[in-house]
Amino acid sequence: MIDLLILVAVVLGIIAVSKLISILGTVSAVKGENSYNVTDKENRTQARLMPVFLIVYFAFIIWQVVSWGDRVLPVSASEHGAIIDELMNITWIIIIPVFIFTHILLFYFAWKYAYDKNRKAQFFAHSNKLEMVWTAIPALVLLILILYGLSIWNDVMEPVSADEEPIEIELYARQFDWTARYPGIDGKFGEASVRMIEGVNFLGLDSTDKESWDDKYVKAEFHLPVNRPVQFYMRAQDVIHSAYMPHFRAQMNCVPGMITRFNFIPTKTTAEMREITGDEEFNYYLLCNKICGAAHYNMKMEIIVESEEDFNKWLSEQNEFLAVEGNSKDNSSEELSVPESDSTQTINEEEEQLSLVEKVN
Amino acid sequence: MSATHQDNDFLFKYIFSTDHKMIAKQFFLTGSIMGLIGMLMSTIFRLQLGYPGESFAFLEPILGSWAPDGVLTPDKYLALVTLHGTIMVFFLLTAGLSGTFSNLLIPLQLGARDMASGFMNMLSYWFFFLSSCVMIASIFVEGGPASGGWTIYPPLSALPEAIPGSGMGMTLWIISMALFIVSSLLGSLNYIVTVFNLRTKGMTMTRMPLTIWAFLITAVLGVLSFPVLFSAVLLLFFDRSFGTSFYLSDIYIAGQALEVDGGSPVLYEHLFWFLGHPEVYIILLPALGITSEVIATNSRKPIFGYRAMIGSILAIAFISFLVWGHHMFVTGMNPFLGAVFTFTTLLVAIPSAVKVFNYLTTLWKGNIKFTPAMLFAIGLVSTFITGGLTGIILGDSALDINVHDTYFVVGHFHIVMGLSGTFGMISGIYHWFPKMFGRMMDKNLGFLHFWTTIVAAYGVFFPMHFLGLAGVPRRYYANTEFPMFNEMYDINELITVFAIIAAVGQIFFIFNIFYSMFKGPKAPQNPWRSTTLEWTTPVEHLHGNWPGELPEVYRWAYDYSKVDENGDFVGGDDFTPQTVPLREGEEDLSH
Ligand code: HEM
Ligand SMILES: [Cu+2]
Ligand SMILES: [Cu+2]
Repeated sequence: MIDLLILVAVVLGIIAVSKLISILGTVSAVKGENSYNVTDKENRTQARLMPVFLIVYFAFIIWQVVSWGDRVLPVSASEHGAIIDELMNITWIIIIPVFIFTHILLFYFAWKYAYDKNRKAQFFAHSNKLEMVWTAIPALVLLILILYGLSIWNDVMEPVSADEEPIEIELYARQFDWTARYPGIDGKFGEASVRMIEGVNFLGLDSTDKESWDDKYVKAEFHLPVNRPVQFYMRAQDVIHSAYMPHFRAQMNCVPGMITRFNFIPTKTTAEMREITGDEEFNYYLLCNKICGAAHYNMKMEIIVESEEDFNKWLSEQNEFLAVEGNSKDNSSEELSVPESDSTQTINEEEEQLSLVEKVN
Repeated sequence: MSATHQDNDFLFKYIFSTDHKMIAKQFFLTGSIMGLIGMLMSTIFRLQLGYPGESFAFLEPILGSWAPDGVLTPDKYLALVTLHGTIMVFFLLTAGLSGTFSNLLIPLQLGARDMASGFMNMLSYWFFFLSSCVMIASIFVEGGPASGGWTIYPPLSALPEAIPGSGMGMTLWIISMALFIVSSLLGSLNYIVTVFNLRTKGMTMTRMPLTIWAFLITAVLGVLSFPVLFSAVLLLFFDRSFGTSFYLSDIYIAGQALEVDGGSPVLYEHLFWFLGHPEVYIILLPALGITSEVIATNSRKPIFGYRAMIGSILAIAFISFLVWGHHMFVTGMNPFLGAVFTFTTLLVAIPSAVKVFNYLTTLWKGNIKFTPAMLFAIGLVSTFITGGLTGIILGDSALDINVHDTYFVVGHFHIVMGLSGTFGMISGIYHWFPKMFGRMMDKNLGFLHFWTTIVAAYGVFFPMHFLGLAGVPRRYYANTEFPMFNEMYDINELITVFAIIAAVGQIFFIFNIFYSMFKGPKAPQNPWRSTTLEWTTPVEHLHGNWPGELPEVYRWAYDYSKVDENGDFVGGDDFTPQTVPLREGEEDLSH
């Protein structure tokens, strides 16, 4: 249906244009005008269209704000997110008047100073004073924005210290799904490397490392306790992905070969957010936000924020690494699969990975 | 002139021409055809976004296996987005824009017989042409063209296992870009040398029109940044073909761990954006230069703050080399670096603001002629403001965390770079068409073209900000998989409808170009009553540009509506060409 409409539109467009040009050509030829010199009358018409356009443009923007304003992300569900939103609002408060002011000037001048053969344009080539003013004012405003923005940036990116007892989670990205890993009761992540991926052990956990034995990992959804700092470590298996949790104003790329991190404190449980948004089915999501292949648009995980009790209960119900069928303590199958020539490299790799994880912890 | 026998020779006149005016036309045609292809691609993938999963029967015959049953497949969606971005940025708005107008205007506005090296200039075009052919050919190879986004970040672009387009298609993308870079360097070096050496008598640097300043600085940007892209893609080529791992480390894909170690994709990102950001200004500066010229001419006023305009071009160019990291705030780069890049990025807003206020003051108390060129120049000022202001949000690292890589970015860069760049280019075409083809374009079609374009363009790109603020990521094949985006479908549909209107609106332009090229009225000597030198050359193109002596220049390019002490126009008309000597006691504004 729609393709038919488009086809019709295109055909009509072409017909209209060729008709138009032949008509206009004859008209102006009859009037003895040429087809490129803008007549005074046409000039006035174009001039009048300037304020009309301005009004239409502003009206369109207002219409969008009114009809879509409630579709933008709801209030932030994290502590730092609230501060970021505040900075965002202040930035809007600065930007919008500048936008309105300059646009009014632009289209007002265009309309007001349309060609009039009885008037001379004013020869006004420069004014140091004016130029100083509009260099200095933006500079000052930007300076404030820069300083304010940077202080927030530094706060947000500050790692959580150990005394704040953060929950630690590793987000593992691969084409095309997410896995969240919790360190288990020992509070330490077992060592992992893509070179140890084998069978069901798709995270590449080192089964000879006893810190990995109690690690827990989940797919499809992961849980967070409310009001507790969460320290994320991001790891990618194949290409760059990006862990994007828009409701928490959180994003960090997952880059093969390195561990990146981000932290935040969730402040609203899923249930609270459902109330705030008035949407019974509301859920937090983790999205992939770096192009990673064909199913990039469908790489998701649900995030459930709940009370610490509920969280602990949920976590205790998850399987430990060793409890997952197919994983075992001894790593013989892994060793068998590594060709002789590669073993030294694998060991180096493991050491490197280990030290990385240690640094991170 | 020794070239006379060549002038009669079709091959040398139209194909292997070393005449800058012909080369400008060649760049214009090739760039525009590429631009048209890029635009059609965007309409196709916009259909998928507006009507996800719906079948469009007419796509099947065009796209074949890319759209079985009329539905574009996810990986070919990405292929189209990638080619669209690549074509629009590089082929239309770098080569198409600079190639056309730097070539046409540098010799004509400076009073030179041709470029410093006509042969290099010809080579520049032919490398560009080859590059275009290779890019188009990549569409047809097995696996399809490059599909990792126009930024082709590895490992996605390095591993054919990751996406089919990273096979042969990606190799061709790299080859095409290598040819493109050669073309760009040959062109840019030529522009720089010409500007420094071939200015006619009296054409001091501070008497040059702002177009030339813009083209000169653009060329400098190109020379300094394209080689870095070249090394970036060269290393990528090594990683892909010779098993090195500059960008690769710890990768497990298609059931096996790769033997790559120690590389970093972040290195690629640094190299890429070291070009990538100046590239934005390689697009913008020529557009702004053209606008300065068009606005001054049609306001019948000198451009306000000529020196400040040059200063801001220089400042923008300089700063543009120090901001690349604003594309990388959330890549895991050290947060301290992020802070530095926020600082430098927001600084760019200062010279940009100066430019905007200078344009506004130029309009103030002018006597404005709304030619189609002028309309697009005014449109550019509007898009430059609109898109520039949202840049303040994206440049602020703390705010970028949540809008990075969302549709907010797509809206921002299309308005500030895509629209400003194309509006500048279109404005230039309406303005200098008589110089290129010796005929005039039709004004009424121009009016129609402008109003449909600006309305549809804002209709396409403004709503994208709302999508972005709702968290919709870019490069998504559909917004159907997340319940949180369910209510966005009507925004997406609206955007698609406007995109179709925008594309259809370009028919006015294309038709006007071809119609006027052959049937338009013959151009008069100086149709817009401009002061600059190009309007002193004969309408019929001539090898060497001026039949006799080269003109001599006595004043700057902006003596519009200059009055003497009695309040009468100097010379009796509201413009005084650069070739008119200064009168007794008249102040020259060039110093
Ligand atoms: C008819 C006009 C145009 C339409 C409808 C259009 C639409 C789009 C859309 C919807 C996307 C995002 C797709 C996605 O992220 O999933 C996109 C990407 C892009 N467009 Fe356009 N665009 C147009 C013109 C232009 C122009 C003139 C430029 C010139 C700079 C341009 C440059 C780009 C770039 C660089 C990308 C990014 C490609 C990537 O993500 O790799 N577009 N376009
Ligand atoms: Cu992904
Ligand atoms: Cu940039």
